[in-house]
Amino acid sequence: MAQITLVEAVNLALARALQDDESVVVLGEDVGTDGGVFRATQGLLGRFGPERVIDTPLAEALITGMAIGMAVEKLRPVAEMQFAGFGYATIDQILNHAGRMRHRTQGRLSCPMVLRMPCGAGIHAPEHHSESPEAIYAHIPGIRVVYPSSPRRAYGLLLAAIRDPDPVVFLEPTRLYRLFKEEVSDDGQAAPLDVCYTLREGTDITLVSWGGMVPETLAAADALAEEGIAAEVMDVATVKPLDMDAILASVARTGRCVIVTEAPRTCSIASEIAAGLAEDGLLTLLAPVRRVTAYDVVVPLPRLEQHYMPGKARILEAAKNVLAFG
Amino acid sequence: MTIVAKFEIRYSQYLDPEGKLVQSPPGFARDPKELIPLYRWMALMRAYDAKAIALQRTGQINTFASLLGHEAIQAAIGTAMDADDVLLMTYRENGIQLIRGVTLKELFVYWGGDERGSNFSGPRKDFPICVTIAAHVTHAVGAAYAMRLRGEKRVAVCVLGDGATSKGDFYEGINAAGVWKLPLVFVVANNQWAISVPRSAQSASETLAQKAVAAGFEGLQVDGNDVIAVRDAVDRALAKARSGAGPTLIEAITYRLSDHTTADDASRYRDPEEVKAAWKLDPVARLRAYLGACGVWDKAREEKLLRECGEEVQAAAQAFLDMPAPGAEQMFDHMYATLPAALAAQRAQALADREE
Repeated sequence: MAQITLVEAVNLALARALQDDESVVVLGEDVGTDGGVFRATQGLLGRFGPERVIDTPLAEALITGMAIGMAVEKLRPVAEMQFAGFGYATIDQILNHAGRMRHRTQGRLSCPMVLRMPCGAGIHAPEHHSESPEAIYAHIPGIRVVYPSSPRRAYGLLLAAIRDPDPVVFLEPTRLYRLFKEEVSDDGQAAPLDVCYTLREGTDITLVSWGGMVPETLAAADALAEEGIAAEVMDVATVKPLDMDAILASVARTGRCVIVTEAPRTCSIASEIAAGLAEDGLLTLLAPVRRVTAYDVVVPLPRLEQHYMPGKARILEAAKNVLAFG
Repeated sequence: MTIVAKFEIRYSQYLDPEGKLVQSPPGFARDPKELIPLYRWMALMRAYDAKAIALQRTGQINTFASLLGHEAIQAAIGTAMDADDVLLMTYRENGIQLIRGVTLKELFVYWGGDERGSNFSGPRKDFPICVTIAAHVTHAVGAAYAMRLRGEKRVAVCVLGDGATSKGDFYEGINAAGVWKLPLVFVVANNQWAISVPRSAQSASETLAQKAVAAGFEGLQVDGNDVIAVRDAVDRALAKARSGAGPTLIEAITYRLSDHTTADDASRYRDPEEVKAAWKLDPVARLRAYLGACGVWDKAREEKLLRECGEEVQAAAQAFLDMPAPGAEQMFDHMYATLPAALAAQRAQALADREE
């Protein structure tokens, strides 16, 4: 087994999917000859040819719209938005068509497509290159929103997304693309969708996160452990549909919960989880739930990025606040 | 100075507004009897349209988009396509759907506000009605790409309105279709009005057909009230697409003889004199006049046909009205291939609420 980065794991999963299923195609801006601006599609053009690894014109609505047309016509398109900030132009297609095709035709047609989007802040990128849009997509019926936090999970979840019979928005945290390596076996095994992953077991507090904030959350759990506090860390992984049962079960054991996301606070996935805990887990809670989020502001240009993103310190502060209650 | 590009847009017409041949007809129309099936479809469309409006006015279906004036375009496309081709269309193309095997009842079910109307029995691979303007142009690109990738001889036919050619999705879609030389036929049913905005205020382009030229493929204009001209153009475009020679855009010039939908009142923005003049171009009367002059159609045949069409739409409307309403589970059961656990509780709630 090789030690690889998250972006290499994405590449490995794409190659595996193209190899195993001739209906899989990859399309997007610069995904062919250039191998993608992050090199997520590097080498695929040479192995699978320009008919299946498609450099499209610079047109986001086209990319998503044609992926819908391909999926309805029984291909398995994996389309790339070069950055999530450019994906907003195609929400019409995702919301009005991808998420509705199966329902609109009462199962006659379906839309098995994946829309990959690099996202998240922390790489000193220009404007529109640091968005965290998972809550926007999670509000759309009929789709899945998946957000891996490690190379192994990226490989397994991307294969699952490609094989899923319904549309999936697959968010890839750019900050983690090359942050660390992990052993990933190219065994073609998909990881389950629609479930949370428990990354670390603990009895004192539940820390819930996903995507790019997971390493910070694990670091906070390490710091808590040094103080003798056992934090359970959950990676939501599929933010839509949300595995609320797993979070409720964890909080039923720990009684305390902090939810961590780098997306703006209002109507965030953190809000959704907090609401679920209030509705169905209130009597198990020993303290108020805390959300650690970005602020409700525009993602700043790089000089203020570190002030915008929540980090280990803010997670620890919230955790201690929750632990000190009652 | 050097001229680096030049183009011309050709316009074709076989039948003038009086139903007289202005040039020798193409092969399929040499025997006027061959046009009778097209005329029958056009008559059925008109009977369907009138019935749908009556059902809406009496509260039995919801907002309906009339196809009045589009009959020649739709009869031409519907009869030209192969069963295995794929149609991508707007809400105003019910006539093409009928010819392709969607039933009158299914169309009433759709306009009656029930998703089952898009789970039609006939052309199972045809896309459902696309309500958002021009989004389906990009879907057509993807569908045509899939067909070509598999080496199939199928064609995607994308029908849109003049208003749709103002949208980004249209430009993005035709641009890509040109780049990849896809097996695609675009038919722009130019009925002169995007709800209340006239053609002159939509685009400064001399023709809509020439937008295809910018995308690198052939655009042409036809008289959209002349079924022979439209059918000839669609036949040629389909054959070209099937042979691998790429897409064509046909701008079929017609007029929206109806309001935009039953929720619209076109008298707010249209001169009644303009509508009156447009009725002189009526595609149904034009073909009838031609068939009559050729001696293959007469009053008795006409009366019999109208009676049959009337009975057919009446029976379909009754079948729709007799259909039980869908259960609340319909909202959930096809959202995903398998209902996610998180939605199961909401489904149970909806069913419980319904029973209360």
